[in-house]
This record gives sequence, structure tokens and C-alpha cells, in this order.
Amino acid sequence: MAVDLSILLVLVQDGIVNGAIYGLLALALVIVFTVTRVILVPIGEFVAFGALTLAALETGTLPGTVWLLGILGVASAACRLWASRRHATMRSVAWQIGTSLLLPVVVAGLAWACIHWQAPQLVKVLVALAIVAPMGPYLYDVVYRPMADASVLVLLIVSVALHLALQGLGLVFFGSEGSRTQSLADTTLEIGPLFISGQSIVVVLVTLALIVALFLFFERTLMGRALRATAVNRLGAQLVAISPALCGHVAFTLAASIGALGGILISAMTTIYYDTGFLIALKGFVAAVIGGLVSYPLAAASAILIGLVESFASFHASAFKEVLVFMIIIPVLLWRSWRTPALLDEGEE
Amino acid sequence: MTQPILDVQALHVAYDAIIAVSDVSMSVPKGSIVTILGPNGAGKSSLLNAIMGVVPAGGAIHFAGRALGGESVEARVNDGLSLVPEKRELFYSMSVEDNLRLGRFRLRHQGSAEPMLNEMWALFPRLKERRRQLAGTLSGGERQMLAMARALMGEPRLLMLDEPSLGLAPLIVREILQTASNLRDNGVSILLVEQNARAALRIADYGYVLESGRVMLEGEPDALQADQRIVESYLGVRSAVSV
Ligand SMILES: Nc1ncnc2c1ncn2[C@@H]1O[C@H](COP(=O)(O)OP(=O)(O)OP(=O)(O)O)[C@@H](O)[C@H]1O
Ligand SMILES: [Mg+2]
Repeated sequence: MAVDLSILLVLVQDGIVNGAIYGLLALALVIVFTVTRVILVPIGEFVAFGALTLAALETGTLPGTVWLLGILGVASAACRLWASRRHATMRSVAWQIGTSLLLPVVVAGLAWACIHWQAPQLVKVLVALAIVAPMGPYLYDVVYRPMADASVLVLLIVSVALHLALQGLGLVFFGSEGSRTQSLADTTLEIGPLFISGQSIVVVLVTLALIVALFLFFERTLMGRALRATAVNRLGAQLVAISPALCGHVAFTLAASIGALGGILISAMTTIYYDTGFLIALKGFVAAVIGGLVSYPLAAASAILIGLVESFASFHASAFKEVLVFMIIIPVLLWRSWRTPALLDEGEE
Repeated sequence: MTQPILDVQALHVAYDAIIAVSDVSMSVPKGSIVTILGPNGAGKSSLLNAIMGVVPAGGAIHFAGRALGGESVEARVNDGLSLVPEKRELFYSMSVEDNLRLGRFRLRHQGSAEPMLNEMWALFPRLKERRRQLAGTLSGGERQMLAMARALMGEPRLLMLDEPSLGLAPLIVREILQTASNLRDNGVSILLVEQNARAALRIADYGYVLESGRVMLEGEPDALQADQRIVESYLGVRSAVSV
């Protein structure tokens, strides 16, 4: 099957756009792993929740994730208050109640208002992000924080369990039907033989902006440096009063926001089902693994590569698309395990 | 004498079967230097780590009049305790300056770090020359300085130093201990673990000698220096290597 130029350009465009989203997810996975040693399998559910929450808001129904947010908020408040029961101060209790109990109520109010007054698309996107993002830190409080000292393997098993649980909840809230969301930029740019959809441009621009923002956060702000410090030396960080729980909150907030944003971006291009997030996240995970779960530039570059492989594979051999993509990981893992004897042990330090 | 800033009663530290510290009671008066001497494996580091909350311990610890229970390490640092651990635990892939800025994390809401940073540059000019260098590329002595400076950035009320002179040239040892002595004059209390007993006793106000996890001897520096056992084990003409 010959590929003419216009098809080639379409495939490359597809590959780059999907690769950008995998890249975002890979970055989120690396952030969470380096800071908390958790391999965040459920990031795929944040992707699906982000997309389906936006889709629900668009059709004017209150998304089930609002209720989930409330339940997780209550559970997180209970865990946090219990963890700090012996040295609670008025300020810390107020902060915990505000962020775990009040926030879901405010967000639910926003979601209701958004449906009631037919808010513009951008507002819906922001509300969808506000619904999904706090789930990250809540899940950290409820699931991961009580077992922060467990081994990487145990944390991984817990991640898989959490992924299955959240996927089940996704089915309950959104049903088995897929949804698509409206395009964020309904135009097409024509350059010679190349048609670029507005959505592609939005995806690439948002991805680049987010990468720059993350870079500035980690390099220039004290909180970003604190996260890096926790990643390189947990005890050293604690000795300068950087709390692993605080860093866990920040890392999980970033991951849930990035995941939800990835879902929102991709759902204008593909139909998202309650279980689609996992496959998308898995490709981000492959990219992150190629970067050894620690290297940001390697992870981002591999994500683009995966996007391209997937795009060309779907054209030439669509039945084997996923197989080809996931086969990339085999030589990489062989090469890695050959160079560094035990990937999982690296995080144990 | 006023209430001590740190008071430890019947402290007990065990790692599985190994008892590292047993029934140790000691205190640090405000604004003084207390030193802990003892051979390798005596339990000195374990004692400091237990006070800091790095390892779990039995017994009672009071810091600034408050009982420390299950507080996390970072909560204790927030209270004004600080430890420069034996292994330093620096952020090796970050710059010297970033290490120092992070040292002030507990005071992040209380104004700029610049004045304190400038104080550290004045105290350790060598670090200033290397402010952009990665901490991992520093020499051993420079790392000690960075570890101490990082702890000082947080303006602790009690500074615990675990063998600050480890592997350092005599001239730098004197410099570091002189810094500790100056800090005391500025009101910082110091708990100093040292192998270099002679140098430690010179600046200390009080000393404890730990052996096999127990306090064998305690007293003023003069009394300790006069004690025959100390002279033999730590100060004498014989090799200082014991146990
Ligand atoms: N994490 C650990 N697990 C098991 N045993 C330990 C651990 N840390 C220390 N120990 C043991 O506890 C005892 C006291 O060790 P500690 O490090 O407190 O001694 P020290 O007085 O600081 O010695 P040194 O002068 O060599 O630094 C030693 O026998 C040591 O082997
Ligand atoms: Mg020691």
C-alpha cells in the first residue's frame, strides 16, 4: 500500500497530537513515581473521568463524578484528621476541612450552575477539571498515604486494585456508552496539501504550555524544588521540614489535573468509553518506562515516537495497532534491565 | 539554671535484636554545647536519630518543655529541632544554593531567604564560590559545610551535629567547631557528637560518654579530661581506635 504525501501528513499529524497527550500522561507518571514511588495505574481513570465529565456537562446532566468527589472528600477528611489527631492545631483542622469537605461542595455548586446557565465551553472545561483534579490528593490521603512506607511492588498492586475499582465506578456513573466532546477550536488550517484541525493545534499548544509551566514550577519555585528534593532524598527533605504528605498532595493534584486535561483534549478526537482511559494511559506508561520512570525529556520524546508508531500502524495494519505499540516496550525493557539490574529496586532507596 | 531545651529520660532504641541505646538520660541546657563521646557503635547516632524521630524509640523526650510523641521528623524540624546527620543527606543533584534555600523551607512564609543566605555566604565563603555547582560535586569538607549551612538556614533552636569533623583536615575541624561555638554565643543550643574528643571538649559546656548504648560517664569538660578512662580511650598517647 503506497502512502502519498497528504496521507503521510495526516498520519504524522495524528501521531504528534496523540503523542503529545501520551507525553503529558508520561510526565504525570514520572512526577508521581519520583515523588511518592507510586506507579499511578489509575491515571487512565482520570483521563476517562475528565472526558466523560465534560461530555455530561455538555449534555446538561450532572456528572456522577461529582458524587464520587464528595465521597472521596469525606473519606480524605476522615483520614487526614485521624492522621493528625495528636498534634492538630486550629489552623490545620480548618485547612483540612476546607480542602476536603468544603471544596467538593463548592465544586458541585459550580457544576450545577454550569448546567443551569448553559456556561460557555471553556467554563465547562474548567469545571470538569475542578471536579476531577481534587480526586488525586483525596485518593492519596485515603489509599497511598497510610502505606507510604510500603515497597514499590506493594504500591503497584494497590494501584492496579484502585484502577479496577475506579473503572467499575466509571461504568456505574457513565454507563457503557461512549461519548465525544465538542472540539475546542472548530476551525481547520490549510497549508498547501496539509489540513490541520483546530483541535490538533489546541492539543499541541496546551501540551507545550504545560511543559513550560512544569519546567518553571520545578526549576523556579520553592515548592517545585521541594518536590525534587523529596524525589532525590526523602530523609534529607524531611530534615528540612518538607513533608512527604504535602509533596504527595501536590504530585497527585498535578497528575489528576494532567490526566483529566488529557482526557478532555483527546475526547474531541476519539470516542471515550469508561474503560478507554486505561489504554491511553498505558501508552503514556510505556513512554515513562522508556524514560526509566525518572527522565522527563526521554519520556516526552518516547511519547511522540509512540504516537507516530501507533498512527502508522493503524493505517497499515490496524488490527495489530495496539500490539505494535506495546511491542516497543519489549526491546526497551530488555535494554534497560541489561543496563540497570532491577528497575523496581531503584525506587526503594 | 533555666529549664533545659532538650531533656531525654530513659531512652531506648533497638533495631530488631540489636539494642543500640538503652536507658539513656541526658539534657541540654538552653544556649550551651553538650557533647556526646564514645567509641564506634556506642549508639551516638542512634540517640540523635531517635531525638529527631528518624528511628522509633522508647522513653521520654521533652523539647522546649513539650513532650515529643509520635511527631514526624518534619514536625520536629518545624518546632526548631535540627539534625545534621552522619550521612549528611544533601540533595546531590541540586545546586548548593538550592540546597540552602530548601534549608529554610520551614520559614518559607516568613519573608525572604536572602539575608540568611548572605549570612551563610559570609560564614562559608567557599560555598559562595560554588553556589551554582551541584552539591554532589563538592568535596567532603565542602559537603560538611553545606550540611551545616543548610541546617542553619532554618534557624533552629537546637542544632544536633553528628560528627561534623568526620574526615576533615585539622584546620577545617577547628573552623567548624569554632562556628559551633559562635552559634552558641548567639543563643543556639548544640548537641555535638564527636570522635575528636579533645576538640569537642574544648568548646563543650558538658559532656556524656556513651558506651554500648549506656551513659558510662558524664560531667564538665575539665572533669572528663582528667578522667583516666577518657584519657586512655580518647585522648591518650595510645591509638584512639577502641572496641
Ligand atoms: N539501621 C540499623 N539497623 C540495624 N542496626 C543498626 C542500625 N543502625 C545502627 N545499628 C547498630 O546500632 C549500634 C549503634 O549504632 P550507631 O550508629 O548509633 O553508633 P555510633 O555511636 O554512631 O557509631 P559511630 O561512631 O561509628 O558512628 C551499632 O551496633 C549498629 O550496628
Ligand atoms: Mg555515628
